[in-house]
Amino acid sequence: MSELHELSLTEQLTGLAAGEFSATELTRHYLSRIERLDPALNSYITVCQDTALAAAAEQDALRAVGHAGPLAGIPIAHKDIFCTQGIRTSAGSRMLDNFIPPYSATVVEKLTAAGAVVLGKTNMDEFAMGSSNENSFYGAVKNPWSPDCVPGGSSGGSAATVAARLCTVATGTDTGGSIRQPAAFCGITGIKPTYGRVSRWGIIAYASSLDQAGAMGRSAEDAAHLLEAMAGFDERDSTSVMDAGPDFTSLLTADISGKKIGICRTYFNAGLNPAVEAAVMSAAKQLEALGATLVDVELTMADHAIPAYYIIAPAEASANLSRYDGVRFGHRCDNPADIDDLYKRSRAEGFGKEVKSRIMVGSFALSAGYYDAYYRKAQQIRRLIKEDFLQAFQQVDYILGPTTPGPAFAIGEMVDDQVAMYLQDIYTIAVNLAGLPAISIPAGFTGGLPIGMQLIGRHLDEAGLLNIAHRYQQVTDWHRQGPALEQEANHD
Amino acid sequence: MTDFADSNWEAVIGLEIHTQLSTRSKIFSGASTQFGAAPNTQACAIDLGFPGVLPVVNQEVYRKAVAFGLGIGATIGLTSVFDRKNYFYPDLPKGYQITQLEAPIVMGGTVDITLEDSSQKTIRVTRAHLEEDAGKSLHEDFHGQTGIDLNRAGTPLLEIVSEPDMSSAEEAVAYARYIHQLVTFLGVSDGDMSQGSLRCDANVSVRPKGSTELGTRTETKNVNSFRFLERAINHEIERQIRVIESGGRVIQETRLYDPDKDETRPMRSKETATDYRYFPEPDLLPVEIDEAYIQQVREQMPELPAAKAARYVSEFELPEADARVLSSERQLASYFEQVVELSGDAKLASNWVRVELLGQLNKDGVEISDAPITPAALGTLIARIREGRISGKIAKTVFEALWSGAASDPDSYIEAEGLVQVSDSGSLEPVIDAIIAANPKQVEQLREGKGKLMGFFVGQVMKETGGKANPQQVNDLISKKLGL
Repeated sequence: MSELHELSLTEQLTGLAAGEFSATELTRHYLSRIERLDPALNSYITVCQDTALAAAAEQDALRAVGHAGPLAGIPIAHKDIFCTQGIRTSAGSRMLDNFIPPYSATVVEKLTAAGAVVLGKTNMDEFAMGSSNENSFYGAVKNPWSPDCVPGGSSGGSAATVAARLCTVATGTDTGGSIRQPAAFCGITGIKPTYGRVSRWGIIAYASSLDQAGAMGRSAEDAAHLLEAMAGFDERDSTSVMDAGPDFTSLLTADISGKKIGICRTYFNAGLNPAVEAAVMSAAKQLEALGATLVDVELTMADHAIPAYYIIAPAEASANLSRYDGVRFGHRCDNPADIDDLYKRSRAEGFGKEVKSRIMVGSFALSAGYYDAYYRKAQQIRRLIKEDFLQAFQQVDYILGPTTPGPAFAIGEMVDDQVAMYLQDIYTIAVNLAGLPAISIPAGFTGGLPIGMQLIGRHLDEAGLLNIAHRYQQVTDWHRQGPALEQEANHD
Repeated sequence: MTDFADSNWEAVIGLEIHTQLSTRSKIFSGASTQFGAAPNTQACAIDLGFPGVLPVVNQEVYRKAVAFGLGIGATIGLTSVFDRKNYFYPDLPKGYQITQLEAPIVMGGTVDITLEDSSQKTIRVTRAHLEEDAGKSLHEDFHGQTGIDLNRAGTPLLEIVSEPDMSSAEEAVAYARYIHQLVTFLGVSDGDMSQGSLRCDANVSVRPKGSTELGTRTETKNVNSFRFLERAINHEIERQIRVIESGGRVIQETRLYDPDKDETRPMRSKETATDYRYFPEPDLLPVEIDEAYIQQVREQMPELPAAKAARYVSEFELPEADARVLSSERQLASYFEQVVELSGDAKLASNWVRVELLGQLNKDGVEISDAPITPAALGTLIARIREGRISGKIAKTVFEALWSGAASDPDSYIEAEGLVQVSDSGSLEPVIDAIIAANPKQVEQLREGKGKLMGFFVGQVMKETGGKANPQQVNDLISKKLGL
C-alpha cells in the first residue's frame, strides 16, 4: 500500500471502509506531516490538532456502528475565511487575529455533518484580496513546487496544502480567480461553482455579488466529492440557488463525445506564456481524441472584465469591511481619544496595504459625482459580459483556455506592480462577473512549475465540467505528480 | 402664541415618518423585536454585523408595507430593491444601513386630513420604503464613554415621506395623526409613540406669503409625540422668521427638538453633507411582487376608518361626529361593532360606548384593550334595556358593578340583586294608590293641567320601588287612575 497521503479521497474512503486504517491513523499521519513540512510552507494559519483527533475518533466510533457519512474520516482544511465555531477565523488579517466566531459557516457545518475531519485553517491573502498570498498578516505561503515562488492567491494556503499532501482536500473561495489561479500555480484541481451554488453564510465577505466557495483537490474526482457535500440551497443565504440537491459524482465517467468545446482566440494573446499556450492546445487535442469537438468562439468583452471587476469588487468591499470598526469585535487600538480616533487607528492598524487600497478605490467609485461614471458603468459592462457568455454558450458547451498567463511567479516579483498583479486574473475574472462555473485542471509543467487550464461551463453545469476534467485526468497524469517536499525536508 | 399666520410669511412643511412595523422578529434576522429587554439581549450575530453573516428578509414586512400603500392609494413597486447606505456610527453595526433608495416598495398616494374648522386638505405622499433601524447610543452612566444597545438594530421600519404640502403645525399634526391611525388600524405598527414606534422628522422652511420659491429648509429630527411635533414646528417657523427678519439667513441643517427646554437646536450641518455612497445591496436579490399578492393583501385588509365612519352613518344612522369617534381606533371600532351585534341597537350601543365606556376609560386611564367590561357584557346589558327588563338607571348600576368587578355577568347580577323592572300592574297599583292618597295637593294641580307634576309622581313611584318600576308603565297607570 502506498503512503496514506498519496491516496486519493475515494481510495481513502475505501481504505477506511475496509478497515485498512482508521480515521484517527489518517489524521495523525497528516498532523505529523503538517508538523514536519508546513513550517517551510506556511500553508496553515491554525492547526486544529486536538479537535481534529477528537473528530477522527468520533468518526471511527460512528463507522463502527454503521453511521459513516459520505466523507467520514476524510482530513480536510478550510480556508481561514470560513467561520468555524470556537476556532479563530482571521481572514488573513490582523483585524481578526483575535476573532473566534460563535457560529460556523454553512459549508463547515455541511462538511462536518458529512464526516470530514478539519485539520486546520489555511493561509490566505487578507480578506481574499490578492493573487499571490503575499498579502497575509501571517506571512507569505511558499509554493510547494518551488520555495521561491508564490502559490497564487487568495486561496494560496489551501492550494499549497493540497499540493503538498498536508490534507486530502480543501475549501477555498473565488471572487475573481482565487480558487483557480492558485490551483493552477500549485498543480491541483480547483472548481469555482456557479454563483449561489454554495451558501455564503458564514464566509467572511469580500465582494458579495462575486464571492463563491468551491472545492480544491488533487483530482476532479476528489473535488467533485468535496463539492457535492458543500453545495445546496441554504435559506440563510438569499442569493443561494434553489436546487433539488446537487449530484456532481455520478456523471464523472460519462462519455464526452459530441461535447462542443470552444476555444477563444482572444485568450491566446501576446501576454500568454508560450509554454502555457502549448500545454492548453495539447490538452485540447486530447479532449478531441476523447470525442469532443473543438469550435472557435468569440468573447468580445473579455478585455473589459478586469476594469469592471476592480470597480465592483472594491465598491462592495468598501461597505463589507466597514463593520471592522473596533467597536464590537476584532482589533481595537489602544486608548482611543474619541470615536473618530477609535475608528481611524483601529482600521489603520488592523488592515494591510492592499485592503486599504481597495477600500479607498471602492469608496471613490461609489461617491457622489463618480457613481455613474464608475460603478454604474461597471455594472453595465458586467451585463454585457454575461450576454457575451450566453451568446458563446449557444454555440458551444464549454470554453477552454489557460487559467493564468504564466506559471507561478517569484515571491516579491510583483509586489510593486499592482497592475501586473491584477492581470494575473485576466482569464478568470470574467467568469465571476458572469456568475458561471469554471474549473482549473493541471495540464503540464514548465521549468518545474505546474501549468493550469481553465474550463468554463454553463450556469449550474458543474457536473459537466467535472465530467470533462475527470475524463481528461483518466488519460493524463499531470494531476498525479507531486512536489519533492520530503527530500527538501530531509536535507534540512 | 403662534401668530405668524397673521404675518407676511408662510411655512412649507414636509414630514418623514418612521414607523416601526409590528413584526415579531427583525427585518433581516430572527431576533425578537420586543421592547424593553435588557441591553443587547435581543441582538443576534446578524444584528451585530458579525463577519460572514447575511440578511434574509422577513416576508411579513412586504405584507405590511403593501397594506400601507393600498391604504393611501399608492402604487406598489413591483420590483423592490434594497440598497446600502454607508456611514460610520457606533450604533450602526455594519457601517451601512440596508434601506431602499431607487426602487421603494410604495410610491405616491394621498392622505385627506380634516382640520379643526372642518376644512379638508389633501397631502401627497412621495414614497414609503422599508429599512432597518439602528441601535441606541447611551451617554449616561458610562463615565465619559458611550454605551451601545443594539436591541433595536434591525427593527423593521417603514419610512413614509410626504411632499411639502403642509403649511402649518396644525396640518402637520393632522397628517401625522392620520398616518398613525392608518398604520395602527392596518396592524402595520402598534403606533406606541412612547416606545418610538412612530417618529417624525419635520422639514420646515418659510417664505414670503404668495412666493412660489422654497426657502432654505431645516430638518428637525426624532419628534416623538404629536404635542412636541406641533411645538417643534411652531418654534422652528418662528425661529426662521426671526433669523430672516433680523437680516440673517437660514442654514440648511439638522436640528433636534428638546422638549425640556422647548426649543430646537442644531445637530449637524448638512452643508458639509455626508456622502452615503448608496449602492444596491448585493446580499439580497430584488424581490418581485405580483398583482396576485397585492390582491391577496387587499382582501385581508380591514375596513379603514373613513369607510367605517361612512358606514356607521348610513347603516346605523349615527351622527357623523359620533361615527368618527367610534371609527377612530381599530379596537374601539371593533368593540363598538360587537356591542351593536349583541344588543341589536346601534344608537344605544353608540351612546353607551361613547359616554359610559369611554368616560370610564378616560377617568381611570385604562386602554380599551384592558377594559374590565367585555363587549359581550355591555351588549347583553343594552339588550336588557331594549327588552324593558331593566331601566336605563338600573343599567348604570349594573355597568358600575361590572366595571368594579362586583359583577361578572349582567344577567346573573340582575337576577341575584333582584333588579328586574317591575311591569306587573298588580304589584305597582298599591304603590301608586298610596302615593296618590298621600299627595292630594299635587294630584289637584296635575288634574288642573300642570303636566310637569307627572314627573314628580313617576319619581316617587321609582323611589318607592327602588328604581325597578317601568317608568312608562307608571306614567300610563297614573294617567288612567286620575282620568287624564
